[in-house]
Amino acid sequence: MTSYIIRRLLVAIPTLILLVVICYLLMFSAPGGPFTSERPLPPQVMANIEAQYGLDQPMWKQIWDYLVGIVTRFDFGPSFAYRDRDVNDIIQQGFPVTLTYGSIAFVLATVVGVALGVMAAIRHNTVLDYIAVGATFSAQALPNFVMAPILVIVFTWQLGWLPGGGWAGGQWQYVILPVVALATSYMASIARIARSSMLETLNANFIRTARAKGLPERTVIWRHAMKPAMMPVVSYLGPTFVAMITGSVVIDLYFSTGGIGQLYVLSALNRDYSVMLGITILYGALTILFNLVADVLYAWLDPKIRY
Amino acid sequence: MQHGRTLIAALLAGTVAAGPLWAQATHPETGETLAEDQTFVYRALDESPSIDPQKVEDVDGSKIVRNLFEGLLNTDAEGEVVPGVATEWEASDDRKTWTFTLREDAAWSNGEPVTAEDFVYAWQRAADPATASEYAWYIQLMKIVNAAEIIAGEMEPTELGVRAVDDRTLEVSLTEGVPYFDQMVTHATTFPAPRAVIEEHGDEWTRPGNMVSNGAYVLTEYVPGERLEMEKNPEYWDAENVIIERVVRLVINDENQALTRWMADEVDWTLIPAGQFPRLKEEHPDAATSVPELCSYYYWINLSESGPEALKDARVRKALSLALDRNVIVENIMAGGQPPAYTFTPEATAGYSPPEVEAETMTQAERDEMAKQLMQEAGYGPDNPPPPFELIYNTSEAHQKIAIAASQMWKQKLGVETTLANQEWTTYLTARGNQEFDLARAAWCGDYNEASTFVELLTTPSEYNDGKYSNPEIDALFEEAATSDDPEQQYQEMERLAAEDTALIPIYWYTNAFMLDPAIKGWPYENVSQDWYAKDLYRVAQ
Amino acid sequence: MPGSTPRSGIDLRAPQTAREVENARIAERLAEAERIKGRSLWQDAGRRFIRNRAATGALVVLALVVLFTLVGPFFAQWSNEEIDWARMGDIAVQGQPSLETGHYFGLDPIGRDLYARTIQATRTSLIVGVIGAFVAVVIGTLYGATSGFVGGWIDNVMMRTVDILVSIPYMFIIILLMVMFERSFLMLFVGIGIISWLDMSRIVRGQTLSLRHREFVEAAHAAGVGWFKMVLRHIVPNLLGVVVVFATLLVPQMILLESFISFLGLGVQEPNTSLGRLISEGASTITYGTIWQLAFPLFFFLVVIISLFFVGDGLRDALDPKDR
Repeated sequence: MTSYIIRRLLVAIPTLILLVVICYLLMFSAPGGPFTSERPLPPQVMANIEAQYGLDQPMWKQIWDYLVGIVTRFDFGPSFAYRDRDVNDIIQQGFPVTLTYGSIAFVLATVVGVALGVMAAIRHNTVLDYIAVGATFSAQALPNFVMAPILVIVFTWQLGWLPGGGWAGGQWQYVILPVVALATSYMASIARIARSSMLETLNANFIRTARAKGLPERTVIWRHAMKPAMMPVVSYLGPTFVAMITGSVVIDLYFSTGGIGQLYVLSALNRDYSVMLGITILYGALTILFNLVADVLYAWLDPKIRY
Repeated sequence: MQHGRTLIAALLAGTVAAGPLWAQATHPETGETLAEDQTFVYRALDESPSIDPQKVEDVDGSKIVRNLFEGLLNTDAEGEVVPGVATEWEASDDRKTWTFTLREDAAWSNGEPVTAEDFVYAWQRAADPATASEYAWYIQLMKIVNAAEIIAGEMEPTELGVRAVDDRTLEVSLTEGVPYFDQMVTHATTFPAPRAVIEEHGDEWTRPGNMVSNGAYVLTEYVPGERLEMEKNPEYWDAENVIIERVVRLVINDENQALTRWMADEVDWTLIPAGQFPRLKEEHPDAATSVPELCSYYYWINLSESGPEALKDARVRKALSLALDRNVIVENIMAGGQPPAYTFTPEATAGYSPPEVEAETMTQAERDEMAKQLMQEAGYGPDNPPPPFELIYNTSEAHQKIAIAASQMWKQKLGVETTLANQEWTTYLTARGNQEFDLARAAWCGDYNEASTFVELLTTPSEYNDGKYSNPEIDALFEEAATSDDPEQQYQEMERLAAEDTALIPIYWYTNAFMLDPAIKGWPYENVSQDWYAKDLYRVAQ
Repeated sequence: MPGSTPRSGIDLRAPQTAREVENARIAERLAEAERIKGRSLWQDAGRRFIRNRAATGALVVLALVVLFTLVGPFFAQWSNEEIDWARMGDIAVQGQPSLETGHYFGLDPIGRDLYARTIQATRTSLIVGVIGAFVAVVIGTLYGATSGFVGGWIDNVMMRTVDILVSIPYMFIIILLMVMFERSFLMLFVGIGIISWLDMSRIVRGQTLSLRHREFVEAAHAAGVGWFKMVLRHIVPNLLGVVVVFATLLVPQMILLESFISFLGLGVQEPNTSLGRLISEGASTITYGTIWQLAFPLFFFLVVIISLFFVGDGLRDALDPKDR
């Protein structure tokens, strides 16, 4: 297993480099650039700015310099859109924000989702099942861009309990609404996957055998059914965790958290190439890492799995 | 405990109110009772690219810079220039040399005096290619001697035509006379910069703790994308008359969300989303306000080679313009008190009034009638319409609504089909700049309060002329205006010609419709640039 | 039981001992049984699905929605693009849903008939959601099952490719698609299709990893069934439960993704619209006294996804190969 993990981590390096190259190709084929504006800059001013950011170099040179900067200095370059800041700075400020609300939302969504799903499966076609299914429907039915304004209208404007946005260094009052808005729809998805997977497992032969042996239902579920039933949940949670801790555009923009979730959209709209690359690499690295975690978990959930 | 404290507070308030100390709680001039918490919170759409005076490039960033720094001159509530760091200023007869005398008590927030050298450094810095400021063009626009050469890298920044005669005298040399040069130095790009601090911290000099500024406020907290806080600067020369203690800028991207938070009292100032002004005015008459703004909303017509043949016919262009019912757009869609526009330059522009054009005096029914007739003359009719036009606009609810209304009007009245194509901002700008459109939504805001900043777009050489409209008569008039004593005449003639020829389709002139907490007083409602200075505001007790 | 299945690697054409001959025969029979199961699976599933009342009910509701989008326009008094000029000035009052004005669902923010618009939007979004989920199911399942079943370095390459595809800035791809091709319904599906299958492939691969070691798979493998046939015949049918449930989760995601793609300029263009766009429009005017602008589109969105969930659950139950 250890050698497998090491091999996977080594493969991550060429994967990320390939990612960077693809990003460069995409960015430079997109119309406009970071300094396109409604008031086109005089050519000389544009040339000065492009020279300052190395945009006048051939693309392979830019990619090379970029990679060298990362490897030698861990420097992801200056932001093109935020003129006084560099990418490290922006990610250092924004990532802790999304990491905070994202991981709280993740834990909440996973715990509640799995509990609801498993409960619904065990009590298949009973009132409990219907309640759980109903709850997941209502959560899923409200996309977060509907949820967010409703939360603010109720809890900020009408009740005056919680601030309608901002982060304030992560004080709890500011964290609640983003967490709730983010967690709900994921929770619903997790619950549905857990439910169906548990139902499937409970019908499997080995569970029937266990039941036939006269084991108490609790033991059957916890000892035998839980692990195999969690396989698809774990597959879903790997990428979901990465998506949640890197934040959501809707949450960041609605609640003005200052998180990096909004940068996926803003940096693309602003053609802020370096920030775009920075968060792409972050996202890519986390994706590779947590898919590895998921794979390791598979082996734990199902000891027969060998890589 | 809670009770005790309130009681003591009340007692204290009672005793002090009688004494002279409490005199601070009323406004020195108006005598209004001031609120205890002198904080002003306003909303910005998104994070500003920079809060460095020489690099700042957006309206929201300029608001921050204007409160942190002070330039040679400020504008007052009516938009007139008033002394800032400079107390006196004069122009030579040819308006090519401007001399500013700086006040003695102007100081940086670290206690150092503000000198003429600080301005020289700042202006050189703005032009310096190494600074790579997008607003280098502004120094060029100011027509300062050698600005263009420095930007082109042909000369050292130190050769810029601005010099410190002594610590308190700044002399600027221009390549040609600029009568409104005093207006131009109220712009953030021209604000002074603290050389020692910038050289010490580099790009990080704009961080709280590093930044040294000379305005009424200093930067105390900056979380990009979330909030920015400024506090009163005790070193500011007029600090004793500054009432607002703390200014907070919140980034709230969604305008409706911002409005909800205004209702929840979390924000004092926010813009009103399109269409909501009448309702808010009714519900909050003392908070909802709409004031004219120096911007024009219009549609470019692609007259270049890539443009459709039908639109090269002036009659078709005019028919489209006439059939566009501007009253429906300003009253039912925007509803923020925008005046309908039949010519390009906004009527709020100083020293300019729009010429009266035929279309403006007609009723809409007459316009529609004329439009149909013009189409017929051009050889088109309901059974024989021109091929569909593509109308591009950047993704935004308001632009979309206007485009939908326009396309419906053209379809119903003239049988002209329009394909609507929204694009994300940069794609849209690129398409517009490369004439990849038939009709394109556009807006133009004045760089300064003078009509030339608008009418220039109608001229052939203008790099902002995305419709590629070209009329030698208009070009000649623009040249003429540059040396004219009363350029309004030329401007009006240009506008009249452009309207006759339908160079573009003007739609409306902007207004600034906003919600302002009625407790905040001192707002410069009459200032068309809406350049507010927090030092002039105050919050009354309610 | 595990002892009775032969390990792969034994040459079945040259049985060495009676024991091995016996083993091979069992393997063949098992494989054969799988094939028979494969054939009757669908009929069985159909029968079981029909017996599931919630699922059939949901299917009927879904059919009614589809019917409504087809028949509804005949009752509309306004088209989806006409502006009601007389009422557009005061939508909060005059734009309310009313039988009298012919605007059964009220007016949208610019004065167009929300009834006609909701119908057209529902139709668009249904197509987008279903086709998006379908692409995800087909590509994602085949890709994921292959990756998980083949394993080794091929699995590694296939999954790292997915990692890269998940990570590359999606917005640029959409912007490029828009610039390079004419905007059209087809390009919208390309835009949705390229992203929708990625998560599905990962989930399917995870399931396949554990299926790979099940007895029947090893048996079929031993019987010399080729990998593609293996994946199609033996792996995929056993994955359908998870796939169907995940596909129903994808439908609302695809419907909402469409509104984002349209925001960038690719996809459905005004005057046409989609449920995602109507909902987001309605959500932004939530405090302005025009709640119907959110309520009607959201209602249809809800009905569609809830029925799909029940249909999905019914299908899952029906397709569960062990459930008999």
